[in-house]
Amino acid sequence: MEIGLNHYLILSTILFAIGLVGIMRRKNLLLLFFATEILLNAVNIGFAAISHYYGDLTGEMFAFFIIAIAASELAVGLGLLIVWYKRHGSIDLDTMTSMRG
Amino acid sequence: MEKYLYIALFAPLVSSMFSALFTNGAKKQFVGVVASLLIFSAFVSSSILLSNILNGGEVLHVEMMTWMKSGNLYIPFGFVVDQISVTMMMVVTLVSTIVHIYSIGYMDHDKGFNRFFAWLSAFVFSMMILVMSDNFAGLFIGWEGVGLCSWGLIGFWFHKNIATWAANEAFIMNRIADLGMLIGIFLVYWNTGSLQYHLAFPAMAHLDTSTLTMIGIFLFIGAMGKSAQFPLHTWLADAMEGPTPVSALIHAATMVTAGVYLVIRSNELYSLIPNVGLFIASLGAFVALFAASMALVNRDMKRVIAYSTLSQLGYMFAAAGLGAYWVALFHLMAHAFFKALLFLGAGNVMHAMHDELDPFKMGGLKKVMKGTWIMMTIASLALAGIFPFAGFFSKDTILEVAFSEHHMIIYGVLVFTAGLTAFYSFRLVALIFHGEERYKIFGIHPHEAYKFMLIAMSPLLILAMIAGIFQEPFFNMVEEILGAMEYHIHSHVTVWIMLVGTQLFVGLAILFAYKKYYSWGSVPDGSSAMENSFIYKLLYNQYYIPFAYKEYVMKPYNDISAIMWEIDKKVVDASVDGIANAFYLTGEKTRDMQSGNLSTMLKWMVTGLVGLLSLAAVFGIATRYSDEITTILSGLGV
Repeated sequence: MEIGLNHYLILSTILFAIGLVGIMRRKNLLLLFFATEILLNAVNIGFAAISHYYGDLTGEMFAFFIIAIAASELAVGLGLLIVWYKRHGSIDLDTMTSMRG
Repeated sequence: MEKYLYIALFAPLVSSMFSALFTNGAKKQFVGVVASLLIFSAFVSSSILLSNILNGGEVLHVEMMTWMKSGNLYIPFGFVVDQISVTMMMVVTLVSTIVHIYSIGYMDHDKGFNRFFAWLSAFVFSMMILVMSDNFAGLFIGWEGVGLCSWGLIGFWFHKNIATWAANEAFIMNRIADLGMLIGIFLVYWNTGSLQYHLAFPAMAHLDTSTLTMIGIFLFIGAMGKSAQFPLHTWLADAMEGPTPVSALIHAATMVTAGVYLVIRSNELYSLIPNVGLFIASLGAFVALFAASMALVNRDMKRVIAYSTLSQLGYMFAAAGLGAYWVALFHLMAHAFFKALLFLGAGNVMHAMHDELDPFKMGGLKKVMKGTWIMMTIASLALAGIFPFAGFFSKDTILEVAFSEHHMIIYGVLVFTAGLTAFYSFRLVALIFHGEERYKIFGIHPHEAYKFMLIAMSPLLILAMIAGIFQEPFFNMVEEILGAMEYHIHSHVTVWIMLVGTQLFVGLAILFAYKKYYSWGSVPDGSSAMENSFIYKLLYNQYYIPFAYKEYVMKPYNDISAIMWEIDKKVVDASVDGIANAFYLTGEKTRDMQSGNLSTMLKWMVTGLVGLLSLAAVFGIATRYSDEITTILSGLGV
């Protein structure tokens, strides 16, 4: 059986679903970042696969952009996380409710 | 010449805006001076335009700019200076210049000094638009403008309840009449396709009589409101709550004559429908008598003069209705001079008497107020129509018109009214200036007005005396445009009998008034037999018309308003509030979503994402299979 576009897209969807569940269920901020990475990379797989399928480089370029942005987002996020941990001694999401309406 | 037209038109506007800059500040003398100078420059420009017309110059017609242009509708900001409008411009600017100067003295101690000049000049500007516009739309703008300024000036002392009430009354009554006028203007446009005088009037010659009658009647309803003709007359007497210079300018000399101006301006229309003309003349004669009778017994100096204004407006309408437009215009002019003089004189008296208006509480004022006494006596003589003063020429011509047109009832009423006019005018003069000094009982120390106020009034005094000599040149000037005919009564004997008879009658009325009131000694307290007679009460209560309006118009209206208010609260407000409350409630209920917990919010976000995606999927499928869906639905009979 040859591996075609559909397989990649299914993989991407499964990864995206895993990421979504992670976003909803995880209470640890660090694991939340992991879940976000899974989401982004699920999309990257989709981009790369479709780009290859059409023989068009645009999708791959997008994937590179996403990787770059994900890296910077993570750098900022981890920085904030460390500061938060130093102040409060915990990175449990349920303790961060200062924006309660 | 065009520049003089623009100066005459816009100097009052500049004056008004300049004065308006200072309305919130303390009294500044120079505001009054600058305003007076600007209005005076408008007067000078008008004079130049008049001399141009008199020397056979062209009628000036300018289109400043386009105002409305859409499809067949074309209304420019156009202005015309012809024989009619230049006469009105002269009257308006002359009287308003004098009133402006006079007001510097009259409003001397008033806190609203600057505001007063802003309103007064704004009024002059509106009036200039009214008389100079070359189309009905511009006329209407001026018409509403003078109404607004009149409202602001009647209610100038807005801290007095009665003044604001009178202002609102005047405004509302004029609105009622303006509706009629607006319908008239619409009819003009509908039937002639233009609102400009020089296009609309010639086109009217081809219309059928019933349409013309409708137009004529509706336009005249507007004129009735502005000129306070019966049954819309009650506002004019109540308008006397305003400052006296305002009464002199607006409610005697200029604004109230706008109705007469409208009829004169529409002379081409009204000469096509003589029946409406006859109605106007009859109403005019009726109002002349009706108003004069109310003036006989009134105990408020300004109201007496206001009724006399009403009565004289009746004379003007009588003349205009009978087709003697130039006579009406001439009486309008002469009346403006002596009536403004009379009002300004009354203003002096009021100042001297500390705003006391009851002539029975005055008496003997001629010793302290010699200048005012002379002026008011001469103004009254002119009003009564004694030779050789202004009123004689204008009023006598109106009588001749009525006589030579064989409308004997109108003639009789007008002659009788002339007698009444003489009587009430000199009742006032005798009570104010002669007899015992009854004011001493009330501890008032009267004093003459400022000298410059008297000097400012003197041009009016001169004009009230000599305006008669303008009759010939005036006739020659307007003859061309008003299709004027001279009214000749064939037999010279008849003319002389009429003339001398009228003069004798009027003279006797004056003597009677003097005899009765010259040595009046006491202040009436309502106990004398005359004051308890039915006629006196009827006249004193103005035929119970204000009472009837209050009882049968205002009260039911108030009741209906109360019911409507309930409906408003329970239906309109309730539904609007309901919508607002629904929003508040959803907000209140969904607040809990905002828990501040990132985990919960992410769940909501995912829920939203899934929701939107499913919507997009549903719509995508629906679009893809829209034909099939339509078939299925039609199969189900939807």
